[in-house]
Amino acid sequence: MTPVTAKGDKTAQLPQLQDARNPGMLLDMDWVRAARANRSAIERRAATLPGRRSVKKEFQAAWLARAISCIDLTTLAGDDTPGRVARLCAKARHPVRADLLEALGLDGLTVGAVCVYHDMIGPALSALQGSGIPVAAVSTGFPAGLSPFRLRVAEIEESVQAGAQEIDIVISRRKVLTGDWQGLYDEMRTFRAACGEAHVKAILATGELGTLQNVARASLVCMMAGADFIKTSTGKESVNATLPVSLVMMRAIRAYHEATGYRVGYKPAGGISKAKDAVTYLSLVKEELGDRWLRPDLFRFGASSLLGDIERQLEHHVTGAYSASWRHAAG
Amino acid sequence: MTIKEIFESMDYGPAPESAGDALAWIVDQGSRFGHFIDGAFTEPGEGFDSRNPATGEVLATLTQATPEDVDTAVAAARAAQPAWEALGGPGRARYLYALARLLQKHARLFAVLETLDNGKPIRESRDIDIPLAQRHFYYHAGMAQLMDSELPDRQALGVCGQIVPWNFPLLMLSWKIAPALATGNTVVLKPAEWTSLTALLFADICQQAGLPKGVVNIVTGDGAVGEMITGADVDKIAFTGSTEVGRKIRKATAGRGIGLTLELGGKSPYVVFEDADLDSAIEGLVDAIWFNQGQVCCAGSRLLVQEGIAEPFYDRLRARMDKLRIGNPLDKCIDVGAIVDPEQLRRIEGMVSGAEGTVYRANCPMPEGCYYPPTLISGLSPASPLMQEEIFGPVLVSSTFRTPAEAVQLANNTRYGLAASVWSENINTALDVAPQLAAGVVWVNGTNMFDAAAGFGGVRESGFGREGGWEGLRAYTRARGESASLSPVEAFAGDSAEPQPVDRTAKLYVGGKQARPDGGYARSIYDRAGKLIGQAPIANRKDIRNAVEAARGAGGWGKATAHNRAQVLYYIGENLSARSGDFAALIDRLTGGNGGAAEVEASVNRLFSAAAWADKFDGGVRSVPMRGVALAMNEPCGVIGALCADEAPLLGLVSVMAPAIAMGNRVVLVASEPFPLAALDFYQVLETSDVPGGVVNILTGSHAELAPTLAEHMDVEAVWSFSSTDLSGTIEAASAGNLKRTWVNDGRARDWLDGDDAREFLEQATEVKTVWVPYGA
Repeated sequence: MTPVTAKGDKTAQLPQLQDARNPGMLLDMDWVRAARANRSAIERRAATLPGRRSVKKEFQAAWLARAISCIDLTTLAGDDTPGRVARLCAKARHPVRADLLEALGLDGLTVGAVCVYHDMIGPALSALQGSGIPVAAVSTGFPAGLSPFRLRVAEIEESVQAGAQEIDIVISRRKVLTGDWQGLYDEMRTFRAACGEAHVKAILATGELGTLQNVARASLVCMMAGADFIKTSTGKESVNATLPVSLVMMRAIRAYHEATGYRVGYKPAGGISKAKDAVTYLSLVKEELGDRWLRPDLFRFGASSLLGDIERQLEHHVTGAYSASWRHAAG
Repeated sequence: MTIKEIFESMDYGPAPESAGDALAWIVDQGSRFGHFIDGAFTEPGEGFDSRNPATGEVLATLTQATPEDVDTAVAAARAAQPAWEALGGPGRARYLYALARLLQKHARLFAVLETLDNGKPIRESRDIDIPLAQRHFYYHAGMAQLMDSELPDRQALGVCGQIVPWNFPLLMLSWKIAPALATGNTVVLKPAEWTSLTALLFADICQQAGLPKGVVNIVTGDGAVGEMITGADVDKIAFTGSTEVGRKIRKATAGRGIGLTLELGGKSPYVVFEDADLDSAIEGLVDAIWFNQGQVCCAGSRLLVQEGIAEPFYDRLRARMDKLRIGNPLDKCIDVGAIVDPEQLRRIEGMVSGAEGTVYRANCPMPEGCYYPPTLISGLSPASPLMQEEIFGPVLVSSTFRTPAEAVQLANNTRYGLAASVWSENINTALDVAPQLAAGVVWVNGTNMFDAAAGFGGVRESGFGREGGWEGLRAYTRARGESASLSPVEAFAGDSAEPQPVDRTAKLYVGGKQARPDGGYARSIYDRAGKLIGQAPIANRKDIRNAVEAARGAGGWGKATAHNRAQVLYYIGENLSARSGDFAALIDRLTGGNGGAAEVEASVNRLFSAAAWADKFDGGVRSVPMRGVALAMNEPCGVIGALCADEAPLLGLVSVMAPAIAMGNRVVLVASEPFPLAALDFYQVLETSDVPGGVVNILTGSHAELAPTLAEHMDVEAVWSFSSTDLSGTIEAASAGNLKRTWVNDGRARDWLDGDDAREFLEQATEVKTVWVPYGA
């Protein structure tokens, strides 16, 4: 694997797009219907994983840095302004204090992407200019996905036009809940086409799908329709990313890879705010999908407050003393 | 490695748990241990080294118990028992609670010591063994608290000898000690010689809890010490270990009138249907066969996969196996630790070498030392030795099936019957198959779930008795009161005959038909005055064979509804009642007494009671910590052979038959030896009462001759004896062949007429099967 780096050789943490994109496939309803997810067994696996995998000392520091490289640093608030987005982008460029990065030997570490609403694409692009950090935009009537279909498609096109390299779309939960898999497939196909060269992340809003079996089926349908990433949540549902949901989605990704040879990325979003949780997620990815997925082209955290906790842990690693939030730059 | 390099490689790195505190505890004890007897540690004596299997290092030196040590320990337990029982349930509950709390306070010390001593991953000792041990003491603190009110008719057995294995040292100790203490027994326990340290640490916390001296005694040593305990003056032996040793203990305890529970080996099936969540089923296998290096008696070691999905299933399973991490058991990031001892490692290697089938060893880095790679052997058939023999290591063997019926057939094609797993997302498939599996525990869409509230134990050669739940508690108690001794009941001799209006020919009753005895001999039966009443056939071993075959063939009875069985029992009662005069007269003449009418009335009553219970002795749902249900199902034992009471020719037979068939068993009854003719008239009642052929089979003849054949028969699940011939020892010893359950009178009389012990009969007529059904939409 030769990572295509974003900016010279300074950092190798942003390999973008080295694999062929998932082109999708015909909707295979036999496969979709055969998908099973036993909730109790899945929850048992998820509950015992943190006790089975443990990462300590310099390994922990390296893993936390890896987590930072996979963060989609996000602001999705009604009061976002160009100034607020510029601050976030500055943090995206310099997620960790320079002295700490130097001590860790990880100069030039940045986050994976910055994720904003459509109107903030411009400010984000200018703030990130030259950094190689892509801008992701949420789209398609985020977060509910209930605006007119043509407007949702148009929103994607405008965001791509505005320079977003990644589009996070929301699926129509109603199509899952009513078993309209063909409808979901067609919608996703259209979204994917509208994205053009931009990569598309399909937000399943798993907290609103009712069952893990629906999560498994929706994951498969979105991948069949050409999703580059599947993503748990908007961050606006009452339940966001969880380990059981992640396990189901990762297993779907693995099955899709086994069947088609294409690797689809995974993005848990919402509710991951502790460094320890980030390590657990990374170990779940490592266990279920393999090391290849532990890169920002195939794995992202949708998170806003996670970075702050990781910064404190990294400072603790470097100095041996527990840290305080105000010792680290705000985003 | 630099952080930058790890950032690229994303390796886990080492995550060792510190052994410091546990090693310091050993050093504090002088690194040499004596026994724990009468509340104090004895001076260390001649003994052996206890090693860390992961490193080979000597952890401590232990003492091999002498016969005198064992005698002293038993005497201490004996002396302490009356006061401990007299303390009362609530008093004992306080101590059990204290032990639970102390296990919790010292949780990490116990976990690390266990891992050092046994080689199991720290994740397992920390997250499974020790928490479950605590749970057993909490649960049984509750049982002690409730015993006086809930089991007022039960009392302690006395002194319990307990022998536990090396695979779950502290957990098995807890399973044994907690119920024994809760019910007022005192114990002498021997941990396995490879893994005694946590038992000695437990002795330490018994002192911290201020447990009265002598209540818990721990002696260390090898199998020879186990034999000493088995031979000592104890009231019960509880053993967990190999089937081979279990058989020896069965023989050694035969005829001594002491309690026995055996939790032995297994070759538990793991059945995966095509509609299962296959990824979860594969993950389940990790917990089934690679948990504790596969050194688990109930390990799901025999994978049965539906044929159509077998190959992709194996492919994904192999990929999963490659992700397992093997190595230093103290590393918090390790899935598979060390094999407990080099001797055990050689045994596993020996069994697997030259195996047929496709052998796949996990493609993961293997450390040096006492380790064995996770292994899958697929493409085997039931005839392959490895599909039948317990490997007791991280080796999964596999075969395929086509239909649910075939899955059940293959799953049950084993001498063992400890546990089973069924994976299917179809509730119909899962809940149909689970009860059909010959196992004491069945997990639906799961594996290796344990809890103090749920009974655990086996059928067939996996042993008998349950640990956990109310059913486990009963194995540590007995009914209050003493029964009189039973003297042999002799037949009357005679030499005079008087002409009969029409000669009557009594036959054996086998498979619903009257059958002449195979040997062609009959015995004359006389009344008290010496007058001939008639002839009774003399059954031999071939008649036993025929009767058992007929009983085995009548398996549909166990599947009949309880309502249906009750109807048949009521009908027998009705038809018997209609002929009560004839039976009363016959009984009076046979026995030379005048209790015939009362005996018939009691028999009718017993039939009605059994009919009443048929649809009411119905198990329960156990409160286990899980979203789901753990069903404790009362299942019939199967084929029960019984030597019926001599003194009550009709009532003795009806009293064992009625509850046994009410619960769905089929019976082979050997009638009263001196007074057999009432039983032979009784089959006419059965014939008119819609009893399906083979459900009840009646033989007459010599108890002493027939008992060994019945007790040795491999197709009989249980043997009961109420004979006045002293056969208890013979039967218990002969039962060791297939480790069938026995229930014998030990030469004690039973009050057939007035005894109110329906529950005891029903419990003996059933096995508790625990079916775990986790659910979640």
